[in-house]
Order: sequence, then structure tokens, then C-alpha cells
Amino acid sequence: MPTLAISFRNVFYTYPGNEDYTLRDVSFDVALGSTAVILGGSGSGKSTILKLVLGLIKPESGVIEVGGVDISGLQESALMPVRAGIGMVFQEGALFDSLSVAENVGFRLREHDKLDEQEFEERVSRLLGFVELGKFYDRAPSDLSGGQRRRVSVARAMAHSPGLILYDEPTTGLDPITGSTICDLIVKLRDLEGVTSVLVTHQLRDAFQVVQSFVMRKNGAFIYNRIEDVELLVGSEFIVLNEGRIVFRGLQRELFRSDEPYVRKFLDGQIPVSVIETEGD
Amino acid sequence: MLDAAGNWVKERLAALQAFSKLSFDAFASLFSKPRYWRETLEQMDSIGVGSLTIVTLTGLFTGMVLTVQSSATLDAFGARSYVGRMVSLSMLRELGPVLTALMVSGRVGSGMAAELGSMVVTQQIDALRSLGTDPIRKLVAPRMIAGIVMLPVLTVLSNAVGMVGGFLVARFTLRLATSLYWHSALDAIKPHDLFMGLLKPLVFGYIIVAVGCYQGLTTTGGTRGVGESTTQSVVVASVLILSTDYFLNLLILKFVYP
Repeated sequence: MPTLAISFRNVFYTYPGNEDYTLRDVSFDVALGSTAVILGGSGSGKSTILKLVLGLIKPESGVIEVGGVDISGLQESALMPVRAGIGMVFQEGALFDSLSVAENVGFRLREHDKLDEQEFEERVSRLLGFVELGKFYDRAPSDLSGGQRRRVSVARAMAHSPGLILYDEPTTGLDPITGSTICDLIVKLRDLEGVTSVLVTHQLRDAFQVVQSFVMRKNGAFIYNRIEDVELLVGSEFIVLNEGRIVFRGLQRELFRSDEPYVRKFLDGQIPVSVIETEGD
Repeated sequence: MLDAAGNWVKERLAALQAFSKLSFDAFASLFSKPRYWRETLEQMDSIGVGSLTIVTLTGLFTGMVLTVQSSATLDAFGARSYVGRMVSLSMLRELGPVLTALMVSGRVGSGMAAELGSMVVTQQIDALRSLGTDPIRKLVAPRMIAGIVMLPVLTVLSNAVGMVGGFLVARFTLRLATSLYWHSALDAIKPHDLFMGLLKPLVFGYIIVAVGCYQGLTTTGGTRGVGESTTQSVVVASVLILSTDYFLNLLILKFVYP
């Protein structure tokens, strides 16, 4: 039984036609049940990591293991069982325009599990209920707002109950309140469904919300709490990427204390200095 | 300079390899499950029924203009009664297949490139793969079957309408007797003409779909890239259709015609 959901060892990657490496010598692990937050500016290679985990692209060199399976050299057909254990929330949602919301959410159920119509409807309604979009069952994706599209995308990613969900900038381009509801969903999936999460983002506020919050179910309602004391946070690791290299790996308190120039610049640019000083010292 | 030429050749060869692999994978996927019959029927409807109007109009006017043009030449030899033969053979062997393919390429091939290209740039293809579905099996193979089946059907229709168009002009403008036109038109057709007339659209159907899908799936550069893929799909397919037509003619005339 593997204890690591994801393991990268000395991974290098270049996009076809590019001369520079998009990822250089990237190594990290994500333990089962934990949350990894990958931070970095645009073009730092964050999303490339998620594509590599799914096997959508192949590393130039290095080893990538997902659930204990080395996927670096696997053919497309051999990757399908690996992908069955992964859900992915794409930037902007990547919903299928030609299908209704329900058909999007139940896409995998239709393709792989031969469910009868009633079972399909029940499963999809439950999933849409989880993301609080039950009313939108028959709507077309084009009728949805940006936040609603991301929520449908979350429902689609969790439809086959994967053990690992990858979030590619799930809150980018959303207003803070909608972004916060997406973060709550990520927390809910992690705490109530035991899903290992990898969150790629450049929004520190959202990353901290995911890492610091936890949710409990009480009398049918969801109760959210937030741990303000960063010293207590141990389950989630931060990875900071700059120009394809990992420049930082560690917990949130270590992130605040880091002297690495890019990390400092990244933190200073995004959150008030006073917060870093009081929480970091 | 040499380097640039070398790179250009390398890129073209890589594209040819990727194009061949896409075609091979699409055909290979037909021999194992899952097969997407519903998608195939939808594509047949979209390619076949959707192209009826333009194919009919193209056939009609081609037949009509053929009659007008050829009658002047035939009259010089006192051979006006052969106009039916002229129209039927030209339509069947050459103009029906080629013009239908060019029209369908403009309508359907470009549409495929645009649709698949948009799916690439909005990450829907990645989403499909992440959900455990092979895009070649689900998107390319149904289009490929539909193209190869429907183009011959459309071509037969175009030929028929073209001959009727030719007849209308022959009958009402040239004052040719109905029986004279049809006798000449139908008697001229031999089995090898039918073979040529049906083999060509099979090949052209494959070219249109394979080029459209390849251009769509290799789209890069956002919405601008989608536009480029769409244009490129029509340009490449048209050139391939016309050049393949020439070589098919050489082969068929050498090996099939008596």
C-alpha cells in the first residue's frame, strides 16, 4: 500500500518548440490524505506539474509516481486506470459545451459505469447538491457564471470518488466571495471525503483559507472553522515555483520565515507585511 | 539558411508522422470497444444531411454550365447529341467527386477543425482524457467513418443532380430531345467509370476528416490559433484533394481501364 499519492523525482520538462525548460529538476512528494499548495507566478510551471501527474504530457527525464505507479513511460491506454483515481478541476472549468450540466457531471459515469437512467440521475443530483447547484441540472454550461462553472467542474471531478483531486487555479478570475465558496468546497472534499488535494494557485489568500480551514458535519449542516495559529498547521505543505524550479518547500510557518528572495517578493506582493511579521515571528 | 531549411523539413516530417499516427489510431480504435455509434450517426447526419443543399446546388449548376460550355464546342462538329455523354462522364469521373469534396471540405472540414481546436484551447480535450476517454476514439473515429461513408453518397447525389441540370439546359435551351440526352448520358457509363466515381470520394472523405481533425487537435495559440487551424484545414484539404485526384486518375486509368 503506497503512502504517497504523488512523487516527483528530478523531473525535467520542455514544451515542444521551447528552448528553455518549463520544469527543472523538480522533486517533491504529496502524502496520502494531505494537501499540497503549489504557488508561483504565471508561467512558473505550476499547471505543467498537474498535467504531468495526469499523464497528459510526458516528462523529458525523471520519474513520476502516482499512487505508487511509475507513470513516466506509460502508454495512453495504460494511463486510464491511473486517471480513474484522479479528479481534475481545470482552469475556467473546461466543461463540455455541447453537453448539459448533468451530462458534464455524469460524463465519467456514462462512459465507464453502465448506470440505468434513475441511478444516473440520483448520483448526478447528489453531486450537484454537494456543490449547491441542484437547480442547474438541465442547464447548458454557457448559461452559468464563472463561479458556477468551476463548481460544476468540481462536481465532475469528484463524480467517480477519486482519492486525489488536482485543482488548477480554481479561484482565478473570480470575485473574493465566489472564490471563497470554491475554497470551502475543496476543504469539504478533503475533510469529509478524505481526498488528497493538490491546489495550484497564485492567490495566497485562497491558499491560506484552504490550509487553515476545516469543516465538520453537525446535524446535517456543515460547520466551518479556521485555525488562526499557523504553528498548529501541520497537514499541508507549500511548494513555491519560480521559473520551473522549486525554490521553497515547507509548512505555512516556514513559508512566512523563509529568506528566499522570490518567496519574500511573492509574499510581500500579496499580503500585508504586518500579517507576516506577527504570524511569522 | 541550411539550418532553417533542415528545421522546416524536420517539422513537416514530424507533422506527417503525427498525421499518419492519428489516422492509424482512429482506424485501429474501430477494432476494439468502446465504439461510439451514436456519435457516428450524429456525424453522418451533420456531414450528410447538413451538406445536402450546397452539394445539390453545386451539382446542379456544374451540370448546367457543362452543357452550355460543351454544346458550343460539340456544335462545331455537329455532335450536339453527344452532350449527355459529355456531362455524365465529366460529372461521374471528375467534377462530381472533386467539387463535392471541395465544398464539403469548406463546410465540414473547417467546422471540425474549429470545433476540435476550440476544445483544445479551452482544455476540453485534456478534460476528456483526464476523465478516462480517448479523444481519438470518441471524436476522430466517428467523424472518420461518417466522412468516408457520406462523401460517396453525396457525390452520387451531386452526379445525379448534375445530369438533371445538364438535361434541363439541353432540353429547354438547346432544344435536344429528352431521349437523345438520356440515351447518350447513360449509355456512356461503364463499370470502370462507376468504380472511379466511387473510389475517389472514399479517399476524399478520409482526407477531409483526417485533415480537419488533425488541424483541430494540433491547435495552439488560443482563439487566434483556432482561426488559423480552420483556414489551414481548408487549404491543406483542398490541395490534397486536387493532387490526390491527379494521381488516382493515373493509377485507375493504368490499372482499371481497359
